[in-house]
Amino acid sequence: MDWLTTVDHKKLGILYLWFTLFFFAVGGIFALLVRTQLAVGENTFLANDAYNQIFTMHASSMLFLFIIPIWAGFGNYFVPLHIGAMDMAFPRINALSFWMLPPAAILMFAGFLVDGGAAAGGWTAYTPLSRQAGMGMDLWILAVLLLGMSSTIGAANFLVTMFRMRAPGMTMFRMPIFSWTMLVTALLQLLATPVLAAALAMLFIDRNYGGAFFDPNGGGNVVLWQNVFWFYSHPAVYIMILPGMGIISEILPVFSRKPLFGYKAFVFATMGIGALGFSVWAHHMFTTGAVLLPFFGIMTFMIGVPTGVKIFNWLGTVWGGSISFKSPMLWGLGFVSMFLIGGLNGTFSAAVPVDFALHDTYFVVAHIHYVLFGGSVMAVFAGLYYWFPKIWGRMLDERLGQLHFVLGFIGFNLTFFPMHLLGLDGMPRRIATYANDTGWEPMNLLSTIGAFLIAVSMIPFIINVVLAFRRPPDQPNDPWEGNTLEWATTSPPPVHNFDSLPPIKSERPLFDARQENKDTETN
Amino acid sequence: MTAGTTIHQKEGMSNGMLGFILFLASEVMFFGGLFAAYFIARADSPSWPPTELLSPQQIADGVKLELEVVMVAISTGILILSSITVQWGVFQIQRGNQKGLLWGLFISIFLGVVFLVMQMYDYTQLHFRADDTVFGTTFYTLTGFHGAHVAGGVVFMILILGRSLAGHFSAEHHEAVEAASMYWHFVDIVWLALFATLYLIPT
Ligand SMILES: [Cu+2]
Repeated sequence: MDWLTTVDHKKLGILYLWFTLFFFAVGGIFALLVRTQLAVGENTFLANDAYNQIFTMHASSMLFLFIIPIWAGFGNYFVPLHIGAMDMAFPRINALSFWMLPPAAILMFAGFLVDGGAAAGGWTAYTPLSRQAGMGMDLWILAVLLLGMSSTIGAANFLVTMFRMRAPGMTMFRMPIFSWTMLVTALLQLLATPVLAAALAMLFIDRNYGGAFFDPNGGGNVVLWQNVFWFYSHPAVYIMILPGMGIISEILPVFSRKPLFGYKAFVFATMGIGALGFSVWAHHMFTTGAVLLPFFGIMTFMIGVPTGVKIFNWLGTVWGGSISFKSPMLWGLGFVSMFLIGGLNGTFSAAVPVDFALHDTYFVVAHIHYVLFGGSVMAVFAGLYYWFPKIWGRMLDERLGQLHFVLGFIGFNLTFFPMHLLGLDGMPRRIATYANDTGWEPMNLLSTIGAFLIAVSMIPFIINVVLAFRRPPDQPNDPWEGNTLEWATTSPPPVHNFDSLPPIKSERPLFDARQENKDTETN
Repeated sequence: MTAGTTIHQKEGMSNGMLGFILFLASEVMFFGGLFAAYFIARADSPSWPPTELLSPQQIADGVKLELEVVMVAISTGILILSSITVQWGVFQIQRGNQKGLLWGLFISIFLGVVFLVMQMYDYTQLHFRADDTVFGTTFYTLTGFHGAHVAGGVVFMILILGRSLAGHFSAEHHEAVEAASMYWHFVDIVWLALFATLYLIPT
């Protein structure tokens, strides 16, 4: 019962985690349906209509109900702990942010019950298709509006928390990198999400009140949708990846026994990505012929620079460190290597002539999954293995964790690497099936096998979590010898978070405290 | 180890006020999206209002893409006046004058309601609807969302009026009043931008 009325940031964080992991599973099952349909050519496993609904709801679940809100979950739990605060700035608004999610999810999935089925226009909901689709589209619009409101007020909450609730000594430039990435993410959410809300409102008006925003017959503009949608949704890619980068930047130093290489460079790179993120949206629209190609191409290359800085931050951190390959570190290294590929194949697509060939092919699907699975999802698992002992007081088993990682890593590459080749071979995304003589079947079959391998890799993870909950919560404060303040308190922490705080003189207060103890011991 | 478990309120504005300002920033972006749609529609159109887009049927039905300027100019003046009166109320409570605050709020609420009534009346007088070309769509969407914000601001001020009647505010303690007036000014500024955009840009 107190889970329903709680305003404690840690309990809300846990609610976010369970909620979002549930929709990770739902979105995953949809992905398996998609892959099953595409395993062989001219397949009739799913009807075309059903296929369209399922790939749309796969992406909608994964993006809007899993990745974006799970960072709010990790952020809820760890931002106040990281900055030495008792709670978020506005605990009740925090609870409101979470409790807007379940009704939104119900609205979105209620589409399956209405005439015409759930939204089927892809998560991008391009006009004119989305203007004409059935009622499931309206439900989808309302659901995404609600989710947008949740993340906008959540963003304001995170910003005020980080600006105003830091413990004495916790200056901005001593905040853990994870908090910094949450700060920039919150700024993006605060400024970009309302533009999506405006776009959704216009689409709703077009659909229900005879509006002509996107209707050329009434003087409207079809491409307007793409402009306003991507004005949100490109920054949204950073909303989906920056906190993951933050988690990785907490984990790599701990398991390399070194400080993060270039803390300030990392912070400024994050800010740079956030700022540039608003000037690249039209790289999704090169083929419309309605955007300034050189500008958006060059800006997109520019945004690769701060991203490259971060890759060097991570490599410099690991380089020469005494690395221990524990599960969080495995996922962390998986993130660095796979996200690098996702960054590179994204930059290819930013080259205008190349994009004309690759636009709307499976190459783009490969790119987005190397960023969002190879990046974000790997960071989610890195964070879960790393913080499980803090949140639940129990350690996840190392052997099962390694099995999970190895199967997941192989399955991931098996699923998504072939999509590069399919894309180069011209296979369009979002098609329900393909002719047998296209020659696309072997790669698709490989991809489907990979997808099921990812599903299998979740079995050791689930067993691991179940077994962990059968053990007593007996973990010490700091099982990993961490750097940041959450490890200064009990596992799990008390309601008020800290009985006392160590002095904060750098971005690694717990490292400092350990050094001081060693010094006094040797004296 | 040093104790550090209390909530650390920094100097200056309160957390609530900062959060409120951030919320207003998101509102600015929301209207920014709608304004962008308007300007794109207008730039796309060979003439504005785009009368050439009207079908013979619409013309036969008496659709005219024309705006009523004079009355809206008057209601614009009323909204500006209400911004002045609410700010006057804030100045009064800053000096501890609770009665002045009550009057400031009461007059502003009244003027806000007058603005809304005039907007409703204006809607009934126009010869086009939201489905009459993108001209109608943008007009009703922009003014409609603004009107909803005016209504929200009126409700906000009524809540503050209720709290002032209960004597909640003093010279030292009146942040909610400041927030309400800030919101009202925001609504007012959006309207000035809207009025200039919809009515004053030469066609
Ligand atoms: Cu993009």
